[in-house]
Amino acid sequence: MSEQGVDNSKRQFLTTALTVVGAVGTGYIAVPFLSQMQPSTKAKAAGAPVEIDIRKIEPGQLIRAAWRGKPVWVLSRTPDVLEILASDTAKLADPNSLESNQPASSQNEFRSIKPEIFIAVGLCTHLGCSPTFRPEIAPNDLGPEWNGGFFCPCHGSGFDLAGRVVRGVPAPTNLDVPPHRYVTDTRIIIGEDTGEASA
Amino acid sequence: MKSKHLNNCGNWFLDRFPMSKLWNEHMAQYYAPKNFNFWYFFGSLALLVLVNQFITGILLTMNYKPDAGLAFDSVEYIMREVPWGWLVRYMHSTGASAFFIVVYLHMFRGLIYGSYKQPRELIWIFGMLIFLALMAEAFMGYLLPWGQMSYWGAQVIISLFSAIPIIGDDLSLWVRGDYVISDATLNRFFAFHVIAIPLILIMLVFLHIIALHEVGSNNPDGIEIKDSKDPWGHPVDGIPFHPYYTVKDIVGVAVFLFFFATVIFYMPELGGYFLEHANFIPADPLATPEHIAPVWYFTPFYAILRAIPDKFAGVIAMGGAIVVLFLLPWLDRSPVRSIRYRGGIYKKALFLFVISFLGLGYLGMQAPTANATIMARVCTAIYFAFFLLMPIYTRWEKTKPLPKRVTEQPTIEERIPAIKDAFAAMTHEVPTQEHGETVMHTRPNPSGIADAGKSLAKKLKGSLD
Amino acid sequence: MKKLLQTCLLLLMPLGVFASAGMELDSADIDLTDKASLENGAHLYVQYCLGCHSTKYIRYLNLADDFDIDENEILDKVAPDGAGIYDKMLTAMNGHDAKKWFGTQPPDLSLIARSRGADWLYSYLKGFYADPKKPLGVNNAIFPDVGMPNPLWKLQGKQIAVYETVDGQEVITELELEEEGTMSAEEFDKSVNDIVNFLVYAGEPAQLKRESMGKYVLFFIFIFGIIAYLLKKEYWKDIH
Repeated sequence: MSEQGVDNSKRQFLTTALTVVGAVGTGYIAVPFLSQMQPSTKAKAAGAPVEIDIRKIEPGQLIRAAWRGKPVWVLSRTPDVLEILASDTAKLADPNSLESNQPASSQNEFRSIKPEIFIAVGLCTHLGCSPTFRPEIAPNDLGPEWNGGFFCPCHGSGFDLAGRVVRGVPAPTNLDVPPHRYVTDTRIIIGEDTGEASA
Repeated sequence: MKSKHLNNCGNWFLDRFPMSKLWNEHMAQYYAPKNFNFWYFFGSLALLVLVNQFITGILLTMNYKPDAGLAFDSVEYIMREVPWGWLVRYMHSTGASAFFIVVYLHMFRGLIYGSYKQPRELIWIFGMLIFLALMAEAFMGYLLPWGQMSYWGAQVIISLFSAIPIIGDDLSLWVRGDYVISDATLNRFFAFHVIAIPLILIMLVFLHIIALHEVGSNNPDGIEIKDSKDPWGHPVDGIPFHPYYTVKDIVGVAVFLFFFATVIFYMPELGGYFLEHANFIPADPLATPEHIAPVWYFTPFYAILRAIPDKFAGVIAMGGAIVVLFLLPWLDRSPVRSIRYRGGIYKKALFLFVISFLGLGYLGMQAPTANATIMARVCTAIYFAFFLLMPIYTRWEKTKPLPKRVTEQPTIEERIPAIKDAFAAMTHEVPTQEHGETVMHTRPNPSGIADAGKSLAKKLKGSLD
Repeated sequence: MKKLLQTCLLLLMPLGVFASAGMELDSADIDLTDKASLENGAHLYVQYCLGCHSTKYIRYLNLADDFDIDENEILDKVAPDGAGIYDKMLTAMNGHDAKKWFGTQPPDLSLIARSRGADWLYSYLKGFYADPKKPLGVNNAIFPDVGMPNPLWKLQGKQIAVYETVDGQEVITELELEEEGTMSAEEFDKSVNDIVNFLVYAGEPAQLKRESMGKYVLFFIFIFGIIAYLLKKEYWKDIH
């Protein structure tokens, strides 16, 4: 071995070049390796839009469906409920749903396309438990302030019957409203958006 | 300021962990002979393939289902519905074959340069154990896709255990966990394939390398580089592994990856050798495929099994073919290591051995006709004769004098002009009519090829003396 | 030595030759970049094959994605009525009926091209001939005694076999068209070829992807190899 005549800058350059190309190659191979953990076509098929038939829903009733494995609620609201929702907004953290997730078509005071039908993803925005449906007014366990809503048993977050979160609970935002649209008056597709805002 | 912090952090670590000591001992100050040739790429490549198998294997287990009712579907699910699943699966299936190609060439290197001889017997033993573990790993992994070949291949191989007298039947029942290959077998093979044997493999690879770095690498001249040292105590013919062999091995890695990627992207089945056609039919315990053969890397041993007309003796012969490899360090009594300084008898014996091993590999894939069986018997006889007669012919033959220092041989780069000339001699320009015009085309030249063949045969004959 | 070699070669010869039943396989013209052929193949497959044979690893969505065709077009033109885009290509026939009619359940054909090969499928689909001795009235020159009727007979017409005696055995040498079908011979060959093309696609939908990206991967590795080689050469200048 001899150290004379060694072109160190060339070595440095080639070493850097090889490192860079090697790093890029590692990056390229990391992409398929990491993205193979993404949802597969099967998962996407299971997460495809679902159709719900609401012909048989009765006023005040809540029916449940599954979309992407999550519970989706369809609630039929009576005029009494709508009245409460319109008036009792002082206790709410985000009454106008400015910080919350919903399609543009549902960003209104009742958080729905049609006021009487409310659709939401039934998972608490705090840590993902499914809140219970508590439509009764002032029950013993929830106190006189309770005007009907959803109550999360995990950490005590409360939501009104438009899925709007009350102040002072751990849940940060209102319940998510999934993208949905009406095919007919009684058939709703969950997972597809109308793409437009409604009043 | 920040770099000082970093330095302190680094020192804290280095005070507690022999990082630099390990690095120096195994890389920067591990002196390897400077005359490593082509054959010395395969050790590092085997390590690369091992890493490939680990990473892709872990990813595959995320979607594979070790259940007789679901396994086949889950493999197709990976191939079609998991994002990039096809790439991961092909990398794993091609990697399995690549592993054996690399390991066979690595073993052949050891054979021709006598790398198993004193003081490297233990390295060879660890290496053979790796080979054994690898065969178990590949065999169990091959059941997992749950295709026809998976099923019937496993059926045949596990039935081998039943050839053992007295305990045979109970033993094969115990291995299967059922009266036939079934869900129970699949599930336990999965456990072995993904955790038990990989752990053993890693441990053995570790031991193999530690043992190698203790005694130092052999080289194509088969002489000890430690015998001539410079005033600082370094071998004169040795060079630090890092950077010299790291940069060289990276070139080998690039060439290997080029071939590896070609197979993955353009011929993942490799004509039915890497992925057998019949394995695209789900396992059917009621119908054996017309022609069943193990995957190519097992066929030499499978051919030995079939060559023996007795069930138990066949199993013994097949096992013996592997056991005899373990004994190699003690069978070889030659005073020299490398084939370069051995006599003609060893060279001719090795030549015959290579032919018979390749022949067995070919015959193991073919249907067992009468002619094929005779050929397989001849090859089996040569295979065993090569090893069992070794104590006689290696002691007896006259070897050439060993050099004091390692010799220089033309490198691959230096051989390129000669290869170009040879290629030019084997082709000639032929005028052909194309759209009414005369165009010259390079076509193979029969007489040139015949001449090249003759001179190659002459060279080969000369090198066998 | 030479003689020994010759003997060895002679001994090996019969191993390479596979016994085939009389007829040679026609070669199919497989081109997975021909989306029109693939779409037509899928369409014919659904019309004539899906009644009995599923291709359960393929969803209609895959066809839309891989053939660059709108999802609605696939649902309108290819998929059977009522199928959703995420549905797998399943057959409407149940296993019980299948066993009663054909003695066995018709196999799923997702991977048939990978186990049998395109040429075999192409020749098989063209290889039906009238054979009154068979319960279904047809036999196949490529797959003798197959328990499957010719689903394409209206298109192809009726074929009869031409026999020749070779070594004391009756062997089919070719098939002749006795009655014309609704398609001309060329049209029929093209249709069968499209079906086989579709089945080759169905066997491994990833092959289009892998072949199109392979060259970039190889180019990248080549560049990496060049730099690695230059670096190696630079360092090895030290070694004398």
